[in-house]
Amino acid sequence: MMKMKKLYLFLILLALVAPAVVYPVFLMKLLCFALFACAFNLLLGFVGLLSFGHAVFLGTGGYITGYLMLNTGLTPELGVLAGTVGAGLLGAVYGKLAVKREGIYFAMVTLALAQLAFFFYLQAPFTGGEDGLQGVPRGELFGLIDLNDNFAMYYFVLAIFIFGFWLVHRTVHSPFGQILKAIRENEPRAVSLGYNVNDYKWVAFIISSALAGLAGSTKTLVFQLASLTDVHWHMSGEVVLMTLLGGMGTIFGPLVGAGVVISIQNMLSGGELGNYIHIIMGIIFIVCVLAFRSGIVGEFQKLVKKNFG
Amino acid sequence: MATIFGINLFALSGQLLVGLINGSFYALLSLGLAIIFGLLKIINFAQGAMYMLGAFFAWMALNYMGINYWWALILVPLAVGLLAILMERFLVRPIANEDHLYSLLLTFGIALVLQGLFTHIYGSSGLPYQIPAELKGGTKLPFMYLPNYRAWIIVSSLVVCFSTWWVIEKTKLGAYLRAGTENPQLMQGFGINVPLITTLTFGFGVALAAFAGVLAAPVYSVSPEMGSNILIVVFAIVVIGGMGSIGGAILTGLMMGVVEGLTKFFYPEASTTVIFLFMVIVLLVKPAGLFGKEA
Repeated sequence: MMKMKKLYLFLILLALVAPAVVYPVFLMKLLCFALFACAFNLLLGFVGLLSFGHAVFLGTGGYITGYLMLNTGLTPELGVLAGTVGAGLLGAVYGKLAVKREGIYFAMVTLALAQLAFFFYLQAPFTGGEDGLQGVPRGELFGLIDLNDNFAMYYFVLAIFIFGFWLVHRTVHSPFGQILKAIRENEPRAVSLGYNVNDYKWVAFIISSALAGLAGSTKTLVFQLASLTDVHWHMSGEVVLMTLLGGMGTIFGPLVGAGVVISIQNMLSGGELGNYIHIIMGIIFIVCVLAFRSGIVGEFQKLVKKNFG
Repeated sequence: MATIFGINLFALSGQLLVGLINGSFYALLSLGLAIIFGLLKIINFAQGAMYMLGAFFAWMALNYMGINYWWALILVPLAVGLLAILMERFLVRPIANEDHLYSLLLTFGIALVLQGLFTHIYGSSGLPYQIPAELKGGTKLPFMYLPNYRAWIIVSSLVVCFSTWWVIEKTKLGAYLRAGTENPQLMQGFGINVPLITTLTFGFGVALAAFAGVLAAPVYSVSPEMGSNILIVVFAIVVIGGMGSIGGAILTGLMMGVVEGLTKFFYPEASTTVIFLFMVIVLLVKPAGLFGKEA
């Protein structure tokens, strides 16, 4: 346990000094996607539910924050809060429907529900359709700190990420989280022990979607843009990939996976390999599933256990 | 102009026709998914990509090899089915005993690769495919004009769907298939080569999607995106129908096509979302699906 504490302290220190070395906007993008993947991993890794439409919560958070920041004089922390709550509410509705089905059906239901929202956002007047909401102001945090400065913005994003990460960590290690894991391992047994499995899944779904919304709201502030890309099924696929690649069901997996995927995308975009991005993502998917199911962190943990455990 | 209660019958029957055509494609695709699900218990996320592949292979056969539409209608499903057989044997089977979510992710990866590959080579704008000369023109009915090719789509896909249903429900081969769905171990115990049947089933299920792709090539432009767009709708249809029944998959597909067509006429804004909304209602009222067997 001491070791873990030291590791966390080291990582936080690293994150605090990172913008001195690495471009802050890249770091912010990374943190937003890492938070998104952590939220997703809470469902897939710890409850065993594969949501194939999680982008809808990322995008909904983004649209709400973007719309409020553009049209009202809201401060950014309230804008982000509104986006998070909005995504959580949508998650409550969608989750209630989705937990009625299991396994593969759950994945199909979430994908279809996300597509429903996609078409809604495509036609709705307040999302700007294909153009999205552009030029979203970052505003002043608590009306005091100007977030147009990338360094100020970075530390705001970092604080949000640490909060989200802590919340996932807290949830997983709480008695509630233990029941979630029990459901993942053996659902009929959890039912026989008297747990209302669907309600537990539902609450986990709400937490996960609210956190995904938090990631989306933050992302909208960083890039000053909310667009259909964030609601598209490609984005839902991406977060699955990040989690799978990093190691589902591990605490650090989504972080590592998001880091790798975002870095690959950054390297490829603009270059002549940019066209190959979906092909490469697809190949990573296939390789992960066939040979590498525990992901980077999972395989690393196995290695450590084998040699030092 | 023929109108009843102020409704334009020409426009209505036109939309109904479009709905029936879409319904035919939905039926073929969801039938393929249901057959594969029956034996393998997996959902083939690449089914849409295989539909796209069918359309592209037809286009390539015509433009590179001079193979006409009619030959393509037979050869392309065979070629894509063969590809699917290789895919099942070397990619899907090694993880058959893992959680089925992995096979969903695997086929999703395959779909991404195929779609990316064709976008890279042919761009995303779409390629034209001529309607075969034999089916050009149309028939004038009292209340509408019926293009021959559209009638052909509906008739041929209905014939394929219902022959598949007949083979599965009424023949000995179909009995094997149904037995394999119920209890593969026991059937293997009777000396039937279950892995072979499984592989062939996967190939056939995918060939149905490729057949739909060839049929679709002349009415929609041949584009890399065509598969993923239709597949998500088909997933909703599969949730609505439940995958327990072959006939149910066909009927739900056709029905949802008609529902979509009617919506296009009465309230066009909702035409892209109506099937998903229908799915929501089914989930609320009968979560197992209209034809679902599970409790």
